[in-house]
Amino acid sequence: MIYLDNAATTRPCEAAITAAVNAARDSFGNVSSLHGMGIKSEKLLSAAKACILKRLCCKGELYFTSGATESNNLALFGIADAYKRRGRTIISTAAEHPSVARTLDKLSEMRYNVIRLSPKDAPDSFEEYVADAVTEDTILVSCMAVNNEIGYITDTPKLYRLVKRKNPDAVFHTDAVQGFCKIPVAGDLISMSAHKIHGFKGSGALYVAKGVRLSPLMYGGGQQKGVRSGTEPVELIAAFSAAVSDYPTELSSIRELNDTLRGRLSDMDGITINSPSGDRGISTILNFSIGGVRSEIMLHFLEERGIYVSSGSACSKGKVSGVPAAFGVSAQNADSAIRVSFSPQNSLTDIDELSLALCDGIKRFRR
Amino acid sequence: MKEIIMAKYGEIALKGLNKSTFEDILLKNIKRRLKPLGSFNYTRKQSTIYIEPCDDNIDMGEVKERLKTVFGLGAIQPSAVFQKDMDEVKAQCIPYLKDALDLARTFKVEAKRSDKSFPLKSPDIQLALGDAILDAYPNLKVDVHDPEVTVKCEIRDIGAYVSAERIIGAGGIPVGSSGKALLLLSGGIDSPVAAYMMAKRGLIVDGIHFQSPPYTSERALIKVQTLCEKLTPYCGDIRLHCVPFTEIQEALRDNCPEEFFTIIMRRLMMKIANIVAERDGYGALITGESMGQVASQTLKAIQCTDAASKLPVFRPVIGMDKKEITDIARKIDTFETSILPYEDCCTVFTPRHPKTRPVLSEIEEAESRFDFAPLIEKAVKETVLYKYRVGEEY
Repeated sequence: MIYLDNAATTRPCEAAITAAVNAARDSFGNVSSLHGMGIKSEKLLSAAKACILKRLCCKGELYFTSGATESNNLALFGIADAYKRRGRTIISTAAEHPSVARTLDKLSEMRYNVIRLSPKDAPDSFEEYVADAVTEDTILVSCMAVNNEIGYITDTPKLYRLVKRKNPDAVFHTDAVQGFCKIPVAGDLISMSAHKIHGFKGSGALYVAKGVRLSPLMYGGGQQKGVRSGTEPVELIAAFSAAVSDYPTELSSIRELNDTLRGRLSDMDGITINSPSGDRGISTILNFSIGGVRSEIMLHFLEERGIYVSSGSACSKGKVSGVPAAFGVSAQNADSAIRVSFSPQNSLTDIDELSLALCDGIKRFRR
Repeated sequence: MKEIIMAKYGEIALKGLNKSTFEDILLKNIKRRLKPLGSFNYTRKQSTIYIEPCDDNIDMGEVKERLKTVFGLGAIQPSAVFQKDMDEVKAQCIPYLKDALDLARTFKVEAKRSDKSFPLKSPDIQLALGDAILDAYPNLKVDVHDPEVTVKCEIRDIGAYVSAERIIGAGGIPVGSSGKALLLLSGGIDSPVAAYMMAKRGLIVDGIHFQSPPYTSERALIKVQTLCEKLTPYCGDIRLHCVPFTEIQEALRDNCPEEFFTIIMRRLMMKIANIVAERDGYGALITGESMGQVASQTLKAIQCTDAASKLPVFRPVIGMDKKEITDIARKIDTFETSILPYEDCCTVFTPRHPKTRPVLSEIEEAESRFDFAPLIEKAVKETVLYKYRVGEEY
């Protein structure tokens, strides 16, 4: 099996599996319990928190959630509610993941003024373009660090500084699901997911900078300072932290995979690369269109050969997403788009196999 | 080009003949804080310590963070070092200033020429450098009154220094220059703040904590330990003496009038702290008492507790109100830990109506009805010592 759909999810690494099993065996106490079993779990939780914050290069609070969808919902609804008296404007982009985009739809219904900007309108200076839209009334700016379909990078450390310079009271949120552990990310709030970096599904986190207020989404026992009630799943959290420690800090080998595949694709006819090149494109994602071959046909053809890729964002289950358009990808190209996404577990032979299969597929299906 | 940090003295720059004693301690403290991050060269000149990283992989952001909590420093100024040659300074400072300037709108240049042999005068340096920056960064305008970024250029003995960032230091005098004292640490908001304030005046601060299991839980101890860890960036290494206090509190409950519980308990704590202090060479006690905050912190009550201590008792937050104290607690990041809701020894056996105006003779009479001496001796003997080393969380 050649798994090249790592932006959809990843295979849990051994370190994460071991950490989860050990936690389940030895530290199953409830973090809130007053007795020693609770204390043991609490220590595990604090260590995991410290590990993730260190990788993030941030000093603030970290709330564990059920995944990035919850993190994004908590960030957006939480800020919109907590700062509703300060203003009503929320700025975001037209390329966000549905967990941000649909939340913004709801906020729009709740009479927030939601502005969505397209990267295609300012592909080279998108950060300045977004920051320019910030006004006195802006309470929240939400922008993904790396687009999950195309791999377009927004320089969030830069955007963060620009937004704060324009309006120091505006809160900046970044959905860093595809960027965490891979590129520097920054924000007052940062959403993360464990299963994109070889942790488990059902596990994520939201970083919140000091001094930022957040209304909870759920009410209950007041765990995690009342921001996210519910007994903390120490097994999943231990696995998350182990996966973070295990994820390499140096990603030149993934860059090599990406460059090699780009090279092979340039030798084939009728291929359009949809991912940005240079500093704008993340090394872990390569999205391209094969002229004349519909995505789904190629995807299933590759699958027969034991190669797993995506036709776009796997979350949307084949539904055509509006995101490629936000990057100026034509409808025709979007219809034949293939997303290959790498992880440290991939090797150059995987690329060889994929290239061969793509050539065969093009020969067979192109009309 | 090399980035160094100029760590500038706070008030010790004003010291007279004993200045070098303070300098030595300050330098030692800085070295200890930075050692885990890599190796550095240190040079002392003109009331400034020049900190030069020995390799390129050192995390300078973390260096700045750590220096911010070192008492004795007035300012921390990351700078690029150049030869004392204006053309070289102009050419090479442009890329160094990119982070600070490429997103800014306004700036000004401030020059200082302490080496008077340098051919250009300060205003000329300002002009030359300002021109070079304007050429390189067309996004900028000069604003001498309220600039977003102030670029400093100092022509000093050793070289020319250019910086765009000046971080306010922690102030005070170096920890260790005033001797050492013992802090009564309950786990509340006030005592860590008291520790911070006395460390700022040069005291080495260690803690003494009273534990009453099973009335108090292990979490109360962990809380105090966490507070010690959080204080180490400011206070340096901290030793924590944990005194088993259960038997004494039970004896107190069984033998003394209820309205005096708190006062007598505090007097007993003072007595134990005095014994530990005498044994280990502490010159004073520190508490987080604030006038009138609770029944045991009225003037009369403080008179009664003070009478139980031979050593001077410092109460740095005595004149501060809760808001002022919590502001500092938030700044030093102890607040969130302090408000964790665990029972501590002070809340065990709290009287329903504590005496707010106790009379010392009455208290002494009530206390004398039971012989606490053997229990005190036993508690001191069974005291457990924990050590927290600065920067160990990294």
